[in-house]
This record gives sequence, structure tokens and C-alpha cells, in this order.
Amino acid sequence: MEPGAQPERTLDPGTGFFCGVDVGASATKLVLLDGGGEPVARVVRPSGVDYATTARACLAEGLAAAGVAPGDVARTVATGYGRGNVPFAEAALTEIHCHGVGCYQHFQRAIAIIDIGGQDNKVIRLDASGQRADFKMNRKCAAGTGAFLEEIALRLDLEIGAMDGLARRTSDAVQLSSFCTVFAKTEILAHLRAGVPVERIVRGAFLSVVTRVMEMAPLDGDVVLTGGVVAHNPVVAEILAAQLGRDVAVPPHPQFTGALGAALVAGRQAART
Amino acid sequence: MSAEKKPGIKKIKAAGAMKKLMADYFLELDEAARTGSAKVAWCTSVGPAELLRSFGFRVYFPENHGAMLGSSRLAPELIPAANAVGYSPDICSYLTSDVGSYLRKRTPLTDAFGLEGVPRPDVLVYNTNQCRDVKDWFGFYEREFGVPCLGIDTMRGIGDIAARHLDGLIQQHRALLPDLAEIAGRKFDLDRLKEVVASSYRCTQLWKKVLRLAEHKPSPITFFDGTIHMGPAVVLRGDERAERYYELLIAELEERIAAGEGAVPDERYRFYWEGMPVWGKLRSHAELFAGLQACVVASTYCNSWIFEAMGASDPFEGMTRAYTELFIVRSEKFKEQYLADMVRDYDIDGIIYHDAKTCPNNSNNRYGMPERLDLRLGVPHVVINGDLNDLRLYSEEQARTQFEALVEQLREAR
Repeated sequence: MEPGAQPERTLDPGTGFFCGVDVGASATKLVLLDGGGEPVARVVRPSGVDYATTARACLAEGLAAAGVAPGDVARTVATGYGRGNVPFAEAALTEIHCHGVGCYQHFQRAIAIIDIGGQDNKVIRLDASGQRADFKMNRKCAAGTGAFLEEIALRLDLEIGAMDGLARRTSDAVQLSSFCTVFAKTEILAHLRAGVPVERIVRGAFLSVVTRVMEMAPLDGDVVLTGGVVAHNPVVAEILAAQLGRDVAVPPHPQFTGALGAALVAGRQAART
Repeated sequence: MSAEKKPGIKKIKAAGAMKKLMADYFLELDEAARTGSAKVAWCTSVGPAELLRSFGFRVYFPENHGAMLGSSRLAPELIPAANAVGYSPDICSYLTSDVGSYLRKRTPLTDAFGLEGVPRPDVLVYNTNQCRDVKDWFGFYEREFGVPCLGIDTMRGIGDIAARHLDGLIQQHRALLPDLAEIAGRKFDLDRLKEVVASSYRCTQLWKKVLRLAEHKPSPITFFDGTIHMGPAVVLRGDERAERYYELLIAELEERIAAGEGAVPDERYRFYWEGMPVWGKLRSHAELFAGLQACVVASTYCNSWIFEAMGASDPFEGMTRAYTELFIVRSEKFKEQYLADMVRDYDIDGIIYHDAKTCPNNSNNRYGMPERLDLRLGVPHVVINGDLNDLRLYSEEQARTQFEALVEQLREAR
């Protein structure tokens, strides 16, 4: 929580627990809130090929971790690409909506949210009251997403988890100019042939991701970065801040912002019924 | 769990009569091409069909065939055949799917109407008011069939239409007469042209009425219905049977209005569709929007077959002006005002821009239009990436998420 910010307390203690499930293209995230809106469990698993089974496994793990009985979950909201595949959800909303709710819960002011996910990017602008002003998604191409970084790691024979550390070893990123992931990999071949150090290429890949999201929309005002890519690679926020020339905020647990938003919506919907 | 309610699309009863009319149209074309009972002209969708009909040609529209290749989902199988002979995957996918259809000898006309193939042309007549691709498209068939390819080259980006625009175009129309007379084997008949243009004008008035009925809340018709029911206005304008069909359709839609029935049950949100349909996804889009209690009530596309200038006393001037004042031919400034007027007239809650990869001339999101209209009108929008026929360029999940997110945004704002 940022200094001075107050969480929106719309949930009522004693009404049970509220669950948000964000079934993304790469990972499924689950957040369980108590009746007061405090997180009691966070779970993340690869989405795999059977979204329903993965969602159930996340729920079971979350309930066990929090010591909550299944019957004590008052309402569940699903989000993400697999939002229609969560059998225990009472409602579904897009991740665009849920990332907005999750971020606003933390920042409570007008913000431009950049969500960099496994397969797509979104820019979501909220006004000071938390209402969405507009949003944009990336074009069909997955350039600039987590999938792009996975492809680059594969080309460089790196564990995806090693990329953040490598990128921090240099400030001298190579330019990867291609829009296309496949062509970018070809560019990397040329850099490898020329003997360019791997850390410069990795930093160049992160710079490419940042460049792609900056092309999506004007990023006025306070910028917030969420999603799995920044969760695992905090250097992305630093590169984005350097490109924008101002600070970029990252909420706690940025990979869970969508699931948190879904759980908050579950609580609000339950309060209305 | 699904975000939308179970879709309930209301069927239009007149569809049976339209199918019969379209079947008659194609069977007549087929008979003419097989027996030589009449000459067959291929015409671009907004080419000089009235002029051709006045000479007695049976008129076939390859763009209509392109739409059928898209809606039947044959296009993705056929496009690669055209790509292989040098027609780029980046150019019009109507063109590439139609050329692929020719090369592979597969057409949806076989399943739909029992035709062995498309009717062989005696002449090809284009108007580049749609794009340059139509000329290249017809150029392919000029080489294949060895028949004359004639046409009209219309300028683009026109603001106010002036005599300097029309005079040359009228001359281009008149210049077609000797060649068409020779191919048709009959003299030009001005009185017959006047009759055909007058019928086309009546058809346009009726089609406009169909579309304007969607101003009613709830709308009795959706954009997706319109893309199907515009068939007679495209291929049979100038033929009185098209007029009879729209009288039937209007009566049904007016009954719906009188009964308070909408095309989408419980219509809550009204959208405008700017750009081409994604032909292979018409049904799924219709169901998706219906499930969101959203009706796409109006579109640039369906309105592009309204030719009010046909009412002019001089048929050449009427045809020429009608085919030049089309949205697609006009300046960005004109288009912006046109869209603003449509948003007002139809009380639109949100605009959907379809950025069709292979159809730049029908993708009006590429020069800042959505952003300008957002500021001007305060109406939210989404841009979906896709294509009219090439489903390899369309991402179902991204489009669905954007449609749903737009509805969520509107719901939140109410």
C-alpha cells in the first residue's frame, strides 16, 4: 500500500471468503480474500492444457494453505482467457476489467496500467474514481509479450528465470528492431555471430518488450506495470521508467493483480445479492 | 462459466424468400453462361451494373462470390493457391480466395445452388472506387478467359464532390458504350437505362429504409442480418425483384417494431461496426453480441449500397455521382463527419473498428480516426485485428475479450 492510499473497503467481514481465478495463457493465478478483503492465499500454476483441472488444483491448494473449507467460499469470479473454463466460478469478467479493479485497490487514483502477460499486452486507463476511461490490446502478434521472451530465452539457451539477472549486468542493450518474434530471433543470430555479449542481447529483448508497449498508447500520468513478466523480471519496470523518464509503479504481487481484482469483484457482487 | 447469457438470435422469416431470389439469380446466370441465351458481364460490387443490365447482360459480382467464400469458410483453404502463383497474402483476400477458387475449381455456388462453377464471362467491367485490387483481380480473369476488361478509374480521397470530379467520370461511363454494344450485340438504349436506374433507385430507397429501421429501440435488425439481407441490393439492383424482396422484409421488420420485438432480446447496448465483416465469423459474432445484450445496429458496410444520387434526371450523372459519393472514395474529414452522424442517428454506445489486414481501404482506424472520434463524441471504441476472409489473420480470443471488455466498460459507466 502506498503512503496515504486507503484501500476501498467494500467487503463485509463475516460473509465468508471470496475467490478470484485468473486463467491466463501461460499461468493460472488464484487469490482468496477473507471477508474483510485481506488476502489469505495466493496460488500460481502453469495453465497447462486442461484449464478446469488447473483451476480446481489452484483452489484446492489455496484452500489448504489458508485453512478454509470449500463451503466457506461465498463467491468466485473467473477472469483471463480461460474465464469460461472455471467450473466453480459464479461469474466471469475480462482480465481488462479485473486488472483495473486490482490495481485501483492499491493505488486509488488515476493511473495507466500496463499489463504484460504471457500472450498479450494491455494498456488500461482508469480515472480518479477507478472507472475505466479506455483500454487497448496489442495486435494479434505476440511480439512484446512473455511469449516473446520465452522464444528469446530458447534461442539463447537460457533458463527464463536467468534473464533478469543477465540484463542487470549491462546498461548497453542491443537494438532488436523487428516487430516479429521470428525475425527478432534472426537478428539475435547476427548479434551472436558478431560476438555481442549475451547480457546485451537479453537487455535488448527487454527493451524491445518495453518499446512494443510504448507504441500501444500514449502513457500519460502515473504508470503502473502488472503481469507475470514484470513479476519475474523487475528489470522491465526499470527499463520502462528510463524510457518514459519518470517513475513506474509496480503493485505488490503484480502477477496476481487480475486474480485480486476478480476476488474483489466477487466480494462486491456478493454484497449486492 | 461464461460471461455472456445464452444467445437468442431472432430469425428473419423473409430469409426464405431471399434465398429463393438469390437461387433464381444464380441459376439464370448459369443458364446464360451455358447456353449463350444472354451475355454475362462480371462487374465490381459498385461498378456500372445498371449500364450492363440496360444492354441485357446477366451481371455477376465476383466480390459477392468472395463474401460467399468467406462465409462458407472455404477461403482459408483456397487463398494459398493464389499465393502460390504470385498473389501476395497481403493483398485483398476476396481476390486471393476468388483466384484460389478458380485455380482449385471449388465454389460455394455448388453446394448452395447446384452450379458446377462460376458463370463464364463475356466481359469484365470494373470501377476502382473500391480499391485498385479489383482492377488487378479482373486483370487475372482477362488473361485467363481472353475476354475484354473495361473499366472506370475513380480518384480517391474526395472531399466535396465537384463537377471536375464528375465530368471525367461521366465521360468514362459513356466511353464504355461502343465496346459494350459490340459485346452485347445490341445498340445502347437510353430509355432502357433510365428504367434500370429508376429501379435501382427504388431498390436503394427500400434498402435504406431497412437499415434506418434499426434506429428504433430495440432494433429489429442487426448488422449481421444486414450483411446477409443486402444480397439483393448488391447483385439485383436494377431488377424489380429486389424491390419486391425489400418490401417483404420491411413489412416483417415493421411488424417486429409494432410488437416491440428486438433482433437481440433485451437490447441494452447499441454498437456501430466500422469496416468489413469477418465473413467466417458472422454467426459467432452475432451470438456473442446477442449474449451480451448488445446489438450492432449500424455499419458503414451495409450503408455502402445506398445510392441516392440515382434519383437524378440524367442517368449517367446519377450513376456517376452515386458511385463516387461512396464512403470508401471520400476524404478522411468526410468519413469522420459521416461516422459522427451515424453515432447520433442510431444512438450508438460504442464503435467497433475492424482492422482488416488485407483491406486497407475499408479499415478506417489506421489514420487516427478512433482517437479523434473518441475526443469528439466521447463514445468508446475497440479495434479488432482480423480480416474479411483470411481467418489466419484473426484472433478469436482477442476479439472476444475486447468485445466483452467494451460491454463491461459501458455497464460500469451506467
